[in-house]
Amino acid sequence: MTRHLPVRDIAVVAFAQTDHRRTSEELSEVEMLMPVLHEVLAQTGLKTADIGFTCSGSSDYLAGRAFSFTLALDGVGAWPPISESHVEMDGAWALYEAWTKLLTGDADTALVYSYGKSSPGPLRDVLTRQLDPYYVAPLWPDSVALAALQAQALIDAGATDEPALAAVAARSRTDATANSHAQLRGSVPQGEYVVRPLRTGDCPPIGDGAAAVILAAGERARELCARPAWIRGVDHRIEAHGLGVRDLTDSPSTRLAAEKAGAFERPVDTAELHAPFTSQEVVLRKALKLDDSVRVNPSGGALAANPVMAAGLIRIGEAAARIHRGESDRALAHATSGPCLQQNLVAVLEGDPR
Amino acid sequence: MPEVLKAPLVVEFPFTRSLGPVQSAFLTGLRERVVLGVRTSDGRTLVPPVEYDPVTAEEIRDLVEVAPTGTVTTWAWNHAPRRDQPLGTPFAWALVRLDGADTALLHALDAPGPDAVHTGMRVRVRWAEERTGAITDIACFEPYDDKGGRDDHGGDDSLAEPTGRTGEFEDPITGIVASARLDYTYSPGRAQTAYINALADRRNVGERCPSCRKVYVPPRGACPTCGVATSEQVEVGPRGTVTTFCIVNIKAKNLDIEVPYVYAHIALDGADLALHGRIGGIPYDQVRMGLRVEPVWAEGARYPDHYRPTGEPDADYDTYKELV
Ligand SMILES: [Zn+2]
Repeated sequence: MTRHLPVRDIAVVAFAQTDHRRTSEELSEVEMLMPVLHEVLAQTGLKTADIGFTCSGSSDYLAGRAFSFTLALDGVGAWPPISESHVEMDGAWALYEAWTKLLTGDADTALVYSYGKSSPGPLRDVLTRQLDPYYVAPLWPDSVALAALQAQALIDAGATDEPALAAVAARSRTDATANSHAQLRGSVPQGEYVVRPLRTGDCPPIGDGAAAVILAAGERARELCARPAWIRGVDHRIEAHGLGVRDLTDSPSTRLAAEKAGAFERPVDTAELHAPFTSQEVVLRKALKLDDSVRVNPSGGALAANPVMAAGLIRIGEAAARIHRGESDRALAHATSGPCLQQNLVAVLEGDPR
Repeated sequence: MPEVLKAPLVVEFPFTRSLGPVQSAFLTGLRERVVLGVRTSDGRTLVPPVEYDPVTAEEIRDLVEVAPTGTVTTWAWNHAPRRDQPLGTPFAWALVRLDGADTALLHALDAPGPDAVHTGMRVRVRWAEERTGAITDIACFEPYDDKGGRDDHGGDDSLAEPTGRTGEFEDPITGIVASARLDYTYSPGRAQTAYINALADRRNVGERCPSCRKVYVPPRGACPTCGVATSEQVEVGPRGTVTTFCIVNIKAKNLDIEVPYVYAHIALDGADLALHGRIGGIPYDQVRMGLRVEPVWAEGARYPDHYRPTGEPDADYDTYKELV
């Protein structure tokens, strides 16, 4: 298979995230977001006026207010008017939009940010509002319940069992001890069933947080970053809306996105997977053909911190930061959205040869 | 730092959604205790039915009846039901492939406990007593013993048989009302808390940008020009100047103000951003740009009820033209 390579080299050159916490009620969204915006600008030495394109991801349903993202714009110096866009999705999809904008040549730098405050509302119920409004949403199946259906399907298929899921949880939170931003770290008990077969330990913490990255094209990236994380490909794919139409033990959309992003052309050494539930890591490892030679979620992943709408962008940021630090040469980053891994985005990042 | 304000915020919405021909037939069928699927061109039967083939995106309309009995394809035990879920007692969420269907329907399964549920178990529809043409016309599924004819709940066995009905119904439903309620706790954050608390003391507090020195009121914690945090508190007003206005001729629901009335942008003295408020104490057709106004506080209120003329001469245009 031949794949069309991007027409321009574009890299992640800076990444910042907040400390993720159960609540940040003392801060408005823009107050929570501003420190990470300032941090990525400081990392690159850019001023807000230097940014060619800005794109954000968030959700009104978390805030409980219409057009909530417009207030967060105060944090990026949106006056006088800037070139700006927003996706009502995880910031990983905002990054995809920014990447395509840079590919067109209309801009050389882009600021991408996303944030989510889950603390004001009942997150498990809030997420039901993204479901099919005719046949599913009226039943209010919460996010843990839907993930639990997927987990049981995997157990019935012999793909995992409860001890294996507990091991995923333990590995993630042990790895998170090296991540000062994580919300859940170290030894965390598996706990009681939330919705069987998932226990509290199999579920992500509910929390507030924000993240930002800066993208730059070509030589601009080399000026701004000692070792840019070049984006070799990004793709995102969607599965059928109806849960009962899908094989919940597999993720063909992830596999297809990875193929289109070039993930299977050469092995990766690192994978940052957006798997909010332990069982979803089982599905993603299989879809992405990851074996034990690949370091999966050294940050602790979404099981350690899952600020909704930012957790996917953080996967790309964490993968890029490992390349910046020289800890990875070729990394895969994955983001998901919707119930049971409905929508999936895969990005492949590389550092210059050493 | 003083404690931030918090208040309950209830978001409630009754979305009225229209149905296409396939959804209409399916939901009307549920009202009549008939379960319909839709056949794809390659011969699969999708339940619940959709109007477009999820694989080929081809439009599909061929409705077929399936049985109200089926098989659990996966499940999850919900020991703590949440508000608005189908059953108030512990139940299993289940994907059920009805007999005659190739895909599964999500619903609740009423069972005594998780040990009574397994993938592959046989279940049947329990119909709601009151049916309106909604997915909740299926109250839930219940265990079903194919061989015994009657299950251990003593259910009516005739309801487990297909009815032979087609997708044609008298008085089909064409829409549903999808009601939802979410309960939030809203907190306006540090800057707006300070503003609201000052208002309760009949003071207007803005914040100055450390970079461009502009004073924002109400403050939101950030300067939208410079993208930096504002923090230096500045008292502004109480008097101000009308920079622009409009005349409201339509009475808003639950608002006890006689129309027409004037809604205006008011630049408080010392502020670099106009806020808005109602103008009173002057006939609506005499309000003008440059009018000098001051807030009027109702007894016990935490914010100004409206602004009224101060009687000063109008402000010179040059003094407020940057704020229009
Ligand atoms: Zn400023």
